[in-house]
Amino acid sequence: MLYRTAGQFKTSYKADQALFPVRQDAILLGIIMVFAWVIFPFTASEFAFQTMLIPVLIYALASMGLNILTGYAGQLSLGTAAFMGVGAYACYKLLTIMPWMNPVVAIFLSGFFSAGIGVVFGIPSLRIKGFYLAIATLAAQFFLVWLFEKWAWLYNYNASGAIQVPNTTTLGTYVTGPLASSMTQYYVVLGIVTVMTILCINLTRGNLGRMWKATRDMDIAAELIGINLMKSKLIAFAISSYIVGVAGALYVFMWKGAAEPNLFDIPLSFEILFIAIIGGLGSILGNFLGAILIVGLPVVLNLLPDALGIPISSALVEHLNIMIVGSLIVFFLIIEPHGLARLWALIREKLIIWPFPH
Amino acid sequence: MKDTEGYVTADGRQIGGTLMEMKNITLRFGGVVAIKDISFDVHEGEIRAIIGPNGAGKSSMLNVISGFYTPSEGEVWYQGAKRPQMKPYEVARMGVARTFQNIALFEGMTVLDNVMTGRLTHMNASVLSQAIWWGRAREEEIENREKVERVIDFLEIQHIRKTPVGRLPYGLKKRVELARALAAEPSLLLLDEPMAGMNVEEKEDMSRFILDVNDEFGTTICLIEHDMGVVMDLSDRVVVMDYGKKIGDGTPDEVRNDQAVIDAYLGVAHD
Repeated sequence: MLYRTAGQFKTSYKADQALFPVRQDAILLGIIMVFAWVIFPFTASEFAFQTMLIPVLIYALASMGLNILTGYAGQLSLGTAAFMGVGAYACYKLLTIMPWMNPVVAIFLSGFFSAGIGVVFGIPSLRIKGFYLAIATLAAQFFLVWLFEKWAWLYNYNASGAIQVPNTTTLGTYVTGPLASSMTQYYVVLGIVTVMTILCINLTRGNLGRMWKATRDMDIAAELIGINLMKSKLIAFAISSYIVGVAGALYVFMWKGAAEPNLFDIPLSFEILFIAIIGGLGSILGNFLGAILIVGLPVVLNLLPDALGIPISSALVEHLNIMIVGSLIVFFLIIEPHGLARLWALIREKLIIWPFPH
Repeated sequence: MKDTEGYVTADGRQIGGTLMEMKNITLRFGGVVAIKDISFDVHEGEIRAIIGPNGAGKSSMLNVISGFYTPSEGEVWYQGAKRPQMKPYEVARMGVARTFQNIALFEGMTVLDNVMTGRLTHMNASVLSQAIWWGRAREEEIENREKVERVIDFLEIQHIRKTPVGRLPYGLKKRVELARALAAEPSLLLLDEPMAGMNVEEKEDMSRFILDVNDEFGTTICLIEHDMGVVMDLSDRVVVMDYGKKIGDGTPDEVRNDQAVIDAYLGVAHD
């Protein structure tokens, strides 16, 4: 009933191709935006910023990058964390070599480094696909983490081998480093994620998106109708790695504050892949839903026993988290391979035709 | 180039000059010879059929035309020039569109998106323009949507426009595939068994669409089909292949009365 589309007529293709052909979608998104931009930041505690708001956005962005590559262009990748690392180290080097640089500009620039490396590691995709390609991207994962560890120039020859985020300012307020407030950082992350999301939505609904989906669904047919597969795949690797790189820079500069090479090890790659799978491959919305679930679940599991007065050790909570996430992945792969986003799409479809079954 | 005059068909349609000419095409896979020294031409505006028993090399021939296979020997002349060795997507960009024997649609996309992919070769907005959905990309999207809607209208698939292709029945999928090929506004349309697996009614529909396409847009069509009734009714000229060799070439009537063709189809006593 709330979602009835009766009476919303389209009289031009422009209207039909608008971002929100259904008015209720726009209203719903507007409400979410009010929460994200106004209500959350002004009511959230430091704890909420650090455990939920900021990480959800960053993980969603990283997953969006992976989703462009895997969900849209159909190229499986296990090297996400390494490409995040490239973004983070590039941002660190940019800001330490040129301390006068605006940190937000540096974050956007650092994506280009990871895009370049992504294209290089994407070249095998021209010959191999599926699991074999996943192994090739795994090579990127191991090689790059090894490089972060061995190439001392990357971390400015620190004795600890870790990178420390410097204090930087934009318009007189601290944006990165220990002096920056969570609220400022949240707004910077939210701004960047919003812009990137809009760009991703546009890319995936336009010509390039159709090119990627065609490559994913049937590459031989795609080539015979005039798609240059090499171009399609390498653009996907470049754009995907760019987004992942920006997410990596945000991950360290806006959230973690410091990073060692092993932060970008394979468990992070898997975590982001899980977000993409549970959220829904081939969907932009899914990345956010998946990130909320994966980031939020441990937090809820930590808080819930206390709130209910059940004494439970933190080690057990950790194990519970792993078990629940594991079973959720199995559940989704069997029941709904297209993830939470598809679930929402089904609910929405039902709401539109309610009370009729078809 | 010889014979660019064209001719008039039995039902009085004027056919143009040569659009494409295959010259002495041979295709080998290791020791297997799939196509052996075949030459034929396709005129502008005609419906040209390639027929032959199973394994005759018809599909291989179509794959040579669409650039999926590179012939071991021989030349392809297209629009008056020798075609250099090309990737399939480059051939598609020269105006050759095709459908497939086993439907090759993009199952995860809607009908509309599938047909829109047919317009890919006509769209060239930059990535940046697409990302901000402004300027060239947006104009292009609307212009091409109009062209695509005309094709959708023509093939009578308006009602399934926004349905994911995976949900459609077989006959409709075949029609969507034809729509995708037509959306490219090809100068040469290749149809690989457009009626395979269809019932009589669907075959009639498809035949009507093929004739209408040829009639309305003047599209040159080269098709492979097993249903003899359909081939003889639709096509202007027929190439007959058997064991990779050409055994007949001419109008349906000529081919029907050709002894070599009859032998290939009915079998011949070996004494």
